[in-house]
Amino acid sequence: MKNITAERFTNGKPNLRRFHQARWDEPIIFELGQPGQRGILVPEVEEGIKSQVGDALAGIPDGLRRTDPPKLPEMAQPAVLRHYDHLSQENLGADFNIDVGQGTCTMKYSPKVNDQLARMPEMTELHPLQDESTVQGILEIMYRFEQILKEISGLERFTLQPGAGSAAIYTNASIIRAYHEGRGEAKQRDEMITTIFSHPSGAACAKVAGYKVITLYPDPEGYPDLEALKAAVSERTAGLLITNPEDTGIFNPRIAEFTRIIHAAGGLCSYDQANANGILGITRAREAGFDLCHFNLHKTFSTPHGCGGPAVGATGVTQDLARFLPVPTVDFDGQKYFLNYDLPDSIGKIRPFYGVAPVVLKAYAWVMALGAAGLREVAEVAVLNNNYLMKKVLAIRGASAPYAAGKRRVEQVRYSWQKLYEETGIHSEELGIRAADFGVHYWTSHHPYVVPEPCTLEPTESYSMEELDEYAAILEHVAGEAYSDPDLVRSAPHNCTVHTIDHHPFDDPQQWAITWRAYLRKTGQEH
Amino acid sequence: MTQKKTVHPYIPNSAPEVKAQMLRDVDASSTEAFYADVPAALRFQGLMDLPEPFLSEYALRRHVEGLLRKNTTTQQVLNFLGAGCYQHHVPAICDEVNQRGEFLTAYAGEPYDDHGRFQSLFEYCSMMGELLEMDVVNVPNYDGFQAAATALRMACRITGRRRVLLAAVLSRDKLSRVRDYLKPEIEIEIVEHDPKTGGMDLKQLEILLKTGSAAVYFENPSYLGCLETHGTEITDLAHKHAALAIVSVDPISLGVLAPPVRYGADIVCGDIQPLGMHMQFGGGQAGFIASQDDEKIVMQYPSRLFGISPTRVPGEYGFGDVAYDRTSFAKREEGKEWVGTAAALWGITAGVYLALMGPQGMKEIGEGILYRTRYAMQEIGKIKGVCTDGFSAPHFKEFVVNFDGTGRKVSELNAALLRKGIFGGKDLSREFPWLGESALVCVTEVHTQEDIDRLVSTLKEVLS
Repeated sequence: MKNITAERFTNGKPNLRRFHQARWDEPIIFELGQPGQRGILVPEVEEGIKSQVGDALAGIPDGLRRTDPPKLPEMAQPAVLRHYDHLSQENLGADFNIDVGQGTCTMKYSPKVNDQLARMPEMTELHPLQDESTVQGILEIMYRFEQILKEISGLERFTLQPGAGSAAIYTNASIIRAYHEGRGEAKQRDEMITTIFSHPSGAACAKVAGYKVITLYPDPEGYPDLEALKAAVSERTAGLLITNPEDTGIFNPRIAEFTRIIHAAGGLCSYDQANANGILGITRAREAGFDLCHFNLHKTFSTPHGCGGPAVGATGVTQDLARFLPVPTVDFDGQKYFLNYDLPDSIGKIRPFYGVAPVVLKAYAWVMALGAAGLREVAEVAVLNNNYLMKKVLAIRGASAPYAAGKRRVEQVRYSWQKLYEETGIHSEELGIRAADFGVHYWTSHHPYVVPEPCTLEPTESYSMEELDEYAAILEHVAGEAYSDPDLVRSAPHNCTVHTIDHHPFDDPQQWAITWRAYLRKTGQEH
Repeated sequence: MTQKKTVHPYIPNSAPEVKAQMLRDVDASSTEAFYADVPAALRFQGLMDLPEPFLSEYALRRHVEGLLRKNTTTQQVLNFLGAGCYQHHVPAICDEVNQRGEFLTAYAGEPYDDHGRFQSLFEYCSMMGELLEMDVVNVPNYDGFQAAATALRMACRITGRRRVLLAAVLSRDKLSRVRDYLKPEIEIEIVEHDPKTGGMDLKQLEILLKTGSAAVYFENPSYLGCLETHGTEITDLAHKHAALAIVSVDPISLGVLAPPVRYGADIVCGDIQPLGMHMQFGGGQAGFIASQDDEKIVMQYPSRLFGISPTRVPGEYGFGDVAYDRTSFAKREEGKEWVGTAAALWGITAGVYLALMGPQGMKEIGEGILYRTRYAMQEIGKIKGVCTDGFSAPHFKEFVVNFDGTGRKVSELNAALLRKGIFGGKDLSREFPWLGESALVCVTEVHTQEDIDRLVSTLKEVLS
């Protein structure tokens, strides 16, 4: 027998995987099926109902009746399943790859047991308006989870209603607005301060809430600029929306000074803890002087990202601000859990009902599997993994980590391939797409690219040392290709489901096609 | 808190040997080295005061199952609650697809490694486009509340006006959400309803429109289940005054009811929870916004819009973001509102649902709901002192049951029904006091004649 295993190593190191993503060359669903086929049958209406009612459409005017059937696919059930199974295989979920490349997004392992629990009918088959006596279990979970978040943040009340991080930021901006309204200062206080390395939604949500946005840029060391903050603050300041550590992975050691300055000017401070993974049990919103914060349960708290939701942005406030929270809060009277609508100063509803309960359930289960020591272990291993990977990445030709030279980072790093670009002409985006040929993904950064040719990596606690080594080896390999064979990189991907996409139609109103019917129309095909 | 050192199954490098080696590799004596920038005054001392964990998977499962078993489900109790969250049958294939790890655990990959996500969401938008007869549908936003609020803000940006008109019959929760979201710059006026039909008061609408509005918003069916039969008149009036017509619609009705574009809607919005999402205590909501392919409107969407495009290989479909520079991802506060994680998995699921149902399934389910609604209204209306014909408009899926003639309160009747294993309709007495002691009852395809008859006989029993 030949030693196959030996052939998988070169100089003692494992070879890169000869990855190839599934390529089913899958048709668009409208091209599948045949007229008359059915994917599912719906319950028939009993004759007793029909005979009594007569014409179901009686009284509905012609203009309100559908005349032409919707041009939906007509497919048998196995064909629908197969189509979506194919599409799923053409998608790289975190379950399948070393997903450290989606920095800021905390692509950690989402435990399967939590998904299974959330699929129990005692979760899925609950109507939100059922009598409270029949939903004591889920209310207890929401209540218990709030107590956990209170301890993790040091803040005093939470709402689980916002549908994700940006909705939570908006909720915080809305609470800040209500606070100033209550003091008769809403008109005067029309400015919100944020930093460029905080999430774009900090700026965008503040704008929707009616604020002028002041964005602080980092000082030369990469820390939020304290002098710029002092210059920006005034009697017009409503609040501060800030992340810490920022997207660079740099922790702002002067954060308490930031909150003091804002408070002295009469503003409130909101802490974007969408990603709190590196500091669980290490440092909290309260001690840093924050009045509000939020956690993304689909990031730090492990719930699966679902291709972009459903999610929860759990939003916490101090006792003083609790009266502004969305209604209802989940409370406990010593005997039973109940939905409390008695908040006269509430900003109202942020989402229908009470938020995405199954996501709360999964996050609760995740914390309950780990406990306080486990959460601390999550943070410590996440930062260890990050610093371990940083050392590997910085050893790669063309890579750098701007700012805070020589310092450690917390949970992530925003790297730069600027040197590689200058030496090879290969952009970071192109390098990332080439990396996808090896079964991994990486993301550059939000815009604007303050860090040139950016690449944001966040290893979380979920990947082993070997996996981090493998990821770094892939990056090293593709960076090497940028030098040795730039055309190979530029023409990537080669091993993904599809090849280089023509981006021109996406910004041309004459060509863009957001639905199949628009595509058929714009390509002169029959609909 | 005492907790012995544990090697956590979710944390590969929590194995002490590995951890020690990695620390050596980065020249750190302990993980403390990484927190040098965190001032001592901000350091949390000791361990957080959290409940003792259930370290084994078995113990965890037992704990959480124990909590969940305190709930009573709509499988155990006959449910007539709706009011924005609906009990429809969820086809097995919907769950099968949205439970796949490839979709469940993906997030924001590129159109190359996440081709499946782009194609399945493009297809969802395309199938919604067929249902709505519109060329543009967004990747789902949070929920129907958000969809309505954003549609209204879009209309203000398109028209340059700062006032919107909303039909009076609207969930108070949705109104609350819209009010908060349109603050501080957009003014909201309520157009009263016609007390006879439940539809919009057209005379008042015309008066209000004369002073300049960005949009007229109404729902079909309304929150109280009434179909708006004057859709064309409303949209004509809106257009006459250069306002946009926004219609929120229940997508499950559109196999039998005309898509709002047929009666003049410019923007259509709503919630896709009925299309294959379990109720999940309100966790299955997801919003859609749709319009025609007009650049002026398209450029005002805050959401992701996925488009189809060729690749360098002949015959290969590729996808990407249409007009990305609209978004806050690209332009921060200069983008349109904001975009972020919302409810994409429910969009994929709704696509599966529409593909399974096809045109015939959508027609049958719509007809079936109309039949059952009418039957339930007739049968409940026969009960002495109970009235279901307060509004003359045809109804879809939901209707108001007024108990004033019985002298009983909805709250006590619902309590009595619950003792008999039935969730009665939503008590409207606080939300709409002018409806007196009324409940909003919901019937869907899951209700058999026997179920409805049981509600009727039990109501008779508790009323006697």
